[in-house]
This record gives sequence, structure tokens and C-alpha cells, in this order.
Amino acid sequence: MDRLRVDLGIIAGMVADGSRVLDVGCGDGALLKHLAATKGVDARGIELSQAGVNACVAHGLSVVQGDADSDLADYPSGAFDYVILSQTIQATRHPRTVLQQIARIGRRGIVSMPNFAHWRMRLQLLLGGRMPVTRALPYAWHDTPNIHMCSIRDFAALAGELGLAVERAVALRGDRARDVSPSSASANILAEQAIFLVAAK
Amino acid sequence: MSAAADALSDAAAPPVRSETLRLAGPRALVLESGQALEALTIAYNTYGTLDAAKSNAILVCHALTGDQHVASTNPLTGKPGWWDLMVGPGRPFDTNRFFVICANVVGGCMGTTGPTDIDPATGKPYGLSFPVITIRDMVRAQALLLDRLGICELLCVAGGSMGGMQVLEWMASYPERVVSAIPIAAAAKHSAQNIAFHEVGRQAVMADPDWRGGDYLSAGVFPSKGLAVARMAAHITYLSEAALQRKFGRSLQDRQTISYAFDADFQVESYLRHQGRSFVERFDANSYLYITRAMDYFDLAADHGGQLASAFARLKARVCVASFTSDWLFPTVESKRIVHALNAVAANVSFVEFDTDKGHDAFLLDVPEMHAIFRGFVDAAAAHRGLKAGG
Repeated sequence: MDRLRVDLGIIAGMVADGSRVLDVGCGDGALLKHLAATKGVDARGIELSQAGVNACVAHGLSVVQGDADSDLADYPSGAFDYVILSQTIQATRHPRTVLQQIARIGRRGIVSMPNFAHWRMRLQLLLGGRMPVTRALPYAWHDTPNIHMCSIRDFAALAGELGLAVERAVALRGDRARDVSPSSASANILAEQAIFLVAAK
Repeated sequence: MSAAADALSDAAAPPVRSETLRLAGPRALVLESGQALEALTIAYNTYGTLDAAKSNAILVCHALTGDQHVASTNPLTGKPGWWDLMVGPGRPFDTNRFFVICANVVGGCMGTTGPTDIDPATGKPYGLSFPVITIRDMVRAQALLLDRLGICELLCVAGGSMGGMQVLEWMASYPERVVSAIPIAAAAKHSAQNIAFHEVGRQAVMADPDWRGGDYLSAGVFPSKGLAVARMAAHITYLSEAALQRKFGRSLQDRQTISYAFDADFQVESYLRHQGRSFVERFDANSYLYITRAMDYFDLAADHGGQLASAFARLKARVCVASFTSDWLFPTVESKRIVHALNAVAANVSFVEFDTDKGHDAFLLDVPEMHAIFRGFVDAAAAHRGLKAGG
């Protein structure tokens, strides 16, 4: 099996064996495949691109073509143990609604996101006066799919507003991961991305 | 084993057994309408070998004018099986590994009881006294066949168009018997437009003086013209505008200029006439009426309190719903309705749409991506069921 991306490996570590998982925006299915193979997970996916869906299904994964903004409403409450949203929330039209849906469908939600408050971002905007372009966020402002950027603390605040408990927050700097407090000011400066495990209180 | 097993010698074609099951008794098959068939014959083909645990069976459901000759030469037309790209040695439904069954539907004209058969009550062909049948009746007959074969569980049930309707009915009526399902280019109900097209076809048959109120067999005639027109109209709906344009455009047939008359000036006219002519040689007019009616009556949600999701409430199967971008008869939106209903019960569903200009009939044609995906899907279902990987 191909080596799993670091952030996906951390997400996989949050998932219990034999659980039911829905991966929203599952791409080529790398995480689902890993979870099914190593954890005996009942793995399902939603993917926007039909090419991604077809590749997943050809590899025996259960994936439907769909969109986080419009298609989560179909699923019954509590249908999954985990609903995963990896590197997708910042590309949705209504992140607040999407997060609510995730918490409704799943007993737990796992959300990974790029941190817009990373120091490189801050510096580029402060000193260069241009919209930041980094290795975590490599797009120019006019062609980025990431229309709702946020920081680690922004996400933690939204989770609080929606009555969700952050059970775990992991900050990523390159390939180095460490558990942090979601309100940590240093993580909010130093982390390029973050992964949250949330649950309804 | 029947004589048809001689196909064993042909490496490309799977060994086939053509069989018939005969059930008799006043209620051999009780129909959804409340009527019953006193005698039921089911003509079916099998390919491959049923394993000892009877866990490798795949049921293929045929479309409106299909038959049981899914992967072997059709004895009537001499043509290859209608889905030999899907079913056979090394194909996605690999007959070296799986036991594939395909039965002619009730109401059909290829050996299963239908309106051309003799009504035991009168000793004459049924004609229009044959009871109206439904998709559920077709599926119930298939379930009876599986009972007789000792097959409790289907590793997969698959089919396109009306075959896809039967797959959906299997998922709703016998969820405990289905491990995986592939409804292709199907819908959970027949649309008004599709009923309308069918009505045009039926009226064309009935308008033929040789139809004789459905009694043409007794009179020794056949409504060839009406049935051919029905087929021509239907055939257009199986293609796409783009495919017709690509294949024929405005090209003329066997002439340099238009004739200022009503010959088949255009290639597309000639093609359709050929489709009509060859169809009447292999299909019965009354069967056409009955089977189109069965499709019109199909409305899975209505059978389950108006909620399509309720139809799938007990479903545990893995499902792969498939559609084609250029299919305007059973468009992608119909498949998406099925997917939404399956999501609503958190069913294990995949949905794939194939980008092709081949229209509704694409499921029968060479769409390599489709075959790769169905192979992956059925292999995963087999692995899930604990079957060993294919050799």
C-alpha cells in the first residue's frame, strides 16, 4: 500500500476499529482504502469529481458523487461513527451548515484544515501586502477553491458556537504533529494545518 | 445437462446451459394484480459453476426486449449474447469464478410463460387474456427459480433499463437475499414521458389490422408493420441526438440526391427500418404490450407508502447505481433519486455516471470504464462475502 499522507495518518489514528465512517470529499479514496484495509472499517465516501468517484468504485470502495454543501442533508442522524472532512471545509459555501451536518450525521466529526493564521501567511500579508501563497495553500487569490479560510482559533470558536466539544486538536508543522489546545495562540501561529476531533456535547 | 453445453469447446464463449423450470398448480405464480398463472414455465440460461456453498450466484435481469441469452449465441437470431462484454470468462462477471443466471421474464416470448403460450383453461393461446404482469411479478418468478436452484443469496443482481427496475425490486422485496446490486440506467418509477413513448408503441401495434384484437395467432397472421413502427420509435429513445448525428448525420442511403418521394432517402431512415424489420422476426407483439405495461406500472415509492427510502429500509446490500450522461430516457437525475433514497437509510451505495454520447443503450455497448468499475465493484462484493480472489 502507498504511504498515507501525514494528515490522513493522524485522522486514521483517531478512528476506532470496526467503526462506520463517511469521508466527505474522499478524493481518490486513499484514506478510505487504508481504513478498510487496516481497521476493518465500513468505509463510505462522497466525492465531487466524477473521475475521483469512478476510480474509488473501481477499487471496490463505496463512493457517491456529491457535494458537502448539498448532499449531507440526505443522511439520517447518527448514521456514522465518524464523519471526516479532510481539507475540504474551507472550500465549502456554507462551512457552518456543513459542520452542523457533520455533527448530526456522525457521532464524531474529524475535520482537517489549513491554518490561515500561520506565521508565513501573516508575514506575507503584513510585509508583502499580497494575498499569501504557501506550500499548504498554493493558489493565487483569483483561482483558489478555498473560499472560506479560517484560523485554528476561528474553527474552535465556531465549534463552540455550535455546541461541539473539541475532544482533540492536532497541529501540523510540515510532517511534525503535536496535540495542542484549540485556543493555543502559539499553535495558531506555528501550525500550517490542524486536525480536530469534535463531538456534540 | 442440455445439448447447449457443447459451447464448452469455444474458448471465447462461456459454457452455457439452457434450461426450463416448470411449475404447475392453480397458484403457480400469484400476480400482483390478484390473478394467478396456473402453469409457469421459466426459460433460463446459466453460465459457470455454482460453488458448494451456493455463494457465487449472479442474477442478470434483462431489459424490455432482451432474453436469457446473455452471453451465448441467441438461437433465434444467431447473434452473440446481448451482454457478452459483461459476462463470460475473464469478463467482469467472470464465469470462471461466478455462476451467472439469466431468465426470460414472465410475459416474455423466449420460452417463459407469456401471451403466446396456450392458456390451460381454454386450450388456445392466451393473447390478451394473459393477465397483466408487473416488475414485481417478474422478480417473484425469478425468486421461485432461485428457490428451486437452492440459491438463498445472490452475490450480485444486475441489469440495465427494465433490468435495472428488476434489480431495484429485488433490493426492496428480497433485501435479505441480495449481497450486492447494480441497477444501471434505471429509475424507481417510469416517467410520464416514458409512459407516453410506450403508449405510442402500443397504439402502433394495435392499429395494425393484423393485430386482430390480440388474437393474431389464431388467425395465422402477425402485426409486423405495427410492431416494427413501435420498435422504430422506441429505438430512437435508446440513442442520443449526438450519436445519431455522429453515425448518420444527413447522409443519404444508396443515392446521390434526395428522391422527392418517401423512400428511405436518409441513412437514418434506412437504419430504423432495418431495426423494425429485424425486431419483428424475434419478438412477439403481445409480449411487447405486456412488458411495456409492466414498466409503466413500476413505481417503487408508491409501493412503500410514497417514500422511496422506505423501500430500502431493510437493505444491507452494497449497491452500485450507474447512469450515462447522454441517456435522456432514464437520465442521471433518476439514478440520483435512487442514490438519495439509499443515502437516507445510510445504505452502502456507490454512484457512477459514465461520460458517453451512446445514450440509454450505452449499458449494452463497449464502455471500458464501465466494465472496469463493475469488475471492481463485484470483486469487492465477492471479497466481502469471503469468496477467494479470481485466478
